[in-house]
Amino acid sequence: MSPSRRITITASALLVMCLTASVLLLRQIDRERTGTTLEEVLYISSPTLLKRMSLGYDGLLADIYWTRAVQYFGDKLTRGSEHFDLLAPLLEITTTLDPHLLVAYEYGANFLAPKFPEGAGQPLRAIKLAEFGIRNNPNQWHLYYDLGFIYYFDLEDYAKAEKAFADGAKLPRTHQIMPIMAAKMAEHVGNIQTARLMWVTTLQTTLDPNVKANAVAHLNALQVDEDVTTLERLTSHYREKTGHLPQSFADLEAANLLRGIPTDPLGHTYKLMPDGRVEVRVPDDLPFIEKGTPIGYIPPRTPKLPPVN
Amino acid sequence: MTAIDILGLEKTYSVGFWRKKPKCALKPLHLRVEEGEIFGFLGPNGAGKTTTLKMLMGLVYPTAGSAQILGMDINDPRMKAQIGFLPEQPYFYDYLTAGELLNYYGQLSGVAPKERERKVREVLERVGLPDVSRVQLRKFSKGMLQRVGIAQAILHDPRIVFLDEPMSGLDPMGRREVRDLMEQLKHEGKTVFFSTHILSDAEALCDRVAIIHLGELQSVGAVADLTSSIEGKIELIWHGNKVPASMKSLGADCHVTGDTVRAVLLEGNQDAALEALRREQLRIVSLIPVRTSLEEYFVRKLQPSKAVAGVTQ
Amino acid sequence: MSGRIVHIASNTFREAVRDRVLYNLIAFALLMSGAAILVGQISIGIERLVVINLGLTAVSLFGIVIAIFIGIGLVSKEIDKKTLYTVLSRPVRRWEFIVGKFFGLAGTLVVNAFFMALGVFAALLYVSRHFQASDGWVLVALYFIILQFLIITALALLFSSFSSPLLSAVFAFALFVIGTFAEDLRGFAGLTKGIVRWLATGAAYLVPNFSALNVISSVAHEQPVAGQLILSNTAYALVYAGMALCGAVLIFERRNLK
Repeated sequence: MSPSRRITITASALLVMCLTASVLLLRQIDRERTGTTLEEVLYISSPTLLKRMSLGYDGLLADIYWTRAVQYFGDKLTRGSEHFDLLAPLLEITTTLDPHLLVAYEYGANFLAPKFPEGAGQPLRAIKLAEFGIRNNPNQWHLYYDLGFIYYFDLEDYAKAEKAFADGAKLPRTHQIMPIMAAKMAEHVGNIQTARLMWVTTLQTTLDPNVKANAVAHLNALQVDEDVTTLERLTSHYREKTGHLPQSFADLEAANLLRGIPTDPLGHTYKLMPDGRVEVRVPDDLPFIEKGTPIGYIPPRTPKLPPVN
Repeated sequence: MTAIDILGLEKTYSVGFWRKKPKCALKPLHLRVEEGEIFGFLGPNGAGKTTTLKMLMGLVYPTAGSAQILGMDINDPRMKAQIGFLPEQPYFYDYLTAGELLNYYGQLSGVAPKERERKVREVLERVGLPDVSRVQLRKFSKGMLQRVGIAQAILHDPRIVFLDEPMSGLDPMGRREVRDLMEQLKHEGKTVFFSTHILSDAEALCDRVAIIHLGELQSVGAVADLTSSIEGKIELIWHGNKVPASMKSLGADCHVTGDTVRAVLLEGNQDAALEALRREQLRIVSLIPVRTSLEEYFVRKLQPSKAVAGVTQ
Repeated sequence: MSGRIVHIASNTFREAVRDRVLYNLIAFALLMSGAAILVGQISIGIERLVVINLGLTAVSLFGIVIAIFIGIGLVSKEIDKKTLYTVLSRPVRRWEFIVGKFFGLAGTLVVNAFFMALGVFAALLYVSRHFQASDGWVLVALYFIILQFLIITALALLFSSFSSPLLSAVFAFALFVIGTFAEDLRGFAGLTKGIVRWLATGAAYLVPNFSALNVISSVAHEQPVAGQLILSNTAYALVYAGMALCGAVLIFERRNLK
């Protein structure tokens, strides 16, 4: 006259079996579907329609899409270039749902505009995105910064870049870098100092780890370019002085042209080649460098960004 | 064989938000019902009748004790095929017609498909509802629902029929019909176990009764045995309209109507009453014993505890 | 035994039908006809897309709502109205009752979805003038929606076995919404640490995985669905519904019916 023991045991055992099976199947399904959820953004042709259909819960939806994107891009080492297909629709959808999600515009400037393999190579789309951001957040200096950034680096349109920085400089609460940048743009020339200043600002003002890592990689690359130029100049100077190429950096040291063995930003020593060129030891670790690569070097499909702590 | 064997069946509910307060609905109950008898389970509302029936039907699990019906366990489907149950104030799927409902119950009770249609028709006639097979139950009156309830309880020809307040909702004609039906069932050799608080029905029908109050069994036995255990009363009628003062002190219940007085008092005070009348020279018209009813027994037996009755739910 | 389950199931089906649940098909038919005609008039080049998206979403939502509304009362209504007393006093085991109720409601939803599917294909034919090979994937999407119904029905039945209708509806609906984002939940859980990670992961795996069962937008864009996924999803839905049913059986077996 109590609950049937046979039923209790059978149902409990069945429950546990089903639970285990469901967990295993879930893992299997997740493996089969990696990225599929995010690929659905490719099918959303109208972000505004999506916003209307979200019935006022657009903020939450924006956060969900953004978090998916961050997880997805964190995985990009395994994905190669595919993830860039999703970047533009993702940013457009996220910012339509939540126009105040500032980090999305940062991604536009840092990863949508630049050429492949650093970015998706869509600077015009990135410009539109930044302008949308400015329309919706007119007092956020960082958006004007992002706009100027794209014009400077990816379109090399110094006039428009100057306008962007100048507009941003006029804001009541702006960063001190803005008027400085505006002035530099007015010089109509791109040089290493300006670029370095830009990347330092990006590094200091961002909160996003991916953007930080990218900025560090660029700063390293600028450093390497500078170092290699300087070292090769010293090598020529040595050849003029002595009539032959130096065998090693020790020779340059002996000739009072150099103090200590030079190292790259990652701590590896540079290599002095027999033909007078200077090369970095591990080029794969230094994406974006324009000098110091071995002859015939092909960079990896995905730039290897430094880990961020 | 013993139809119903209840061995110390007990139910305590834990009430209150933290489930700390125990409320005893049924104290350990020991009862036996033999096959072929009509057994009445009597008591006031909240006495524990429905709780007992629910435990026998396997709807509620007892805190302690056990029971067997027809020698089989309460949860045994073979046993359930041989019993029928009418709950108190039944409600049925109101989107079904009477015929569909009984057919459904027949399916669940294992009545063979070939026989079902016939049996449904027969049982509806038997409970006095010959023409309602296609009428939806939502249109039925309370009395009609009660009859349908009885129909579903006997449809599959069970050996024992359990009825919880079978007369509720019926007019006097209906009650008469149900009483006749119960007698018929007994003649067919079935056992009828029914609970009620209408004592006159129990008195007329039952072979034996059990009286339960506040979760506790008060007495079990044949009606005649129970009522005879109570001290009888007598009815005394005399001429005139005078009531001797001593009558009141004897606890007599006196009514004056025109030229006669009628008094009811305990049998034991008979001599003293007659003496009082003789002293006043009042002429006696009649002196007859009053039959003790079950109600009388009920009231007398349960009187002391009524003051302590408290909450019935 | 199985005979009784069938009888309980058909009675449940009959109840749903007489409860005028199938009238929702009229609303659905109106919706689909209106949409098809409207879209056909405007002719903006995405007629197929709209019909499939709208049609399948409506099938899914209508069905989920019906599943919840009827499911939450499957057990609790019978207990409240005491119709259960005369059923359980018969040779019907409590678990047979639960299983019968499940199949009854599931059957109702499948029949409902079948008629809706006819409506979707009719509207599709109207806007496209002919069927395409890729329309086959619409059937897969419908099949997945039916799998969703099985899961939600089992869950509603589980809640009905111990909770009031209102709470059951809230729980079931909440699980549906959370389940739609189940993949995201698992992603979040992967990012947390410590005890939060354990709790979040546990919750993320317990929640029904509706996200994998929703292929409406990819089917609307004529993307195929992997055969492996169809198998995995089928197994998952059966196993998950089975789990919820076991829970319902265990709870109902123990319940004292007031």
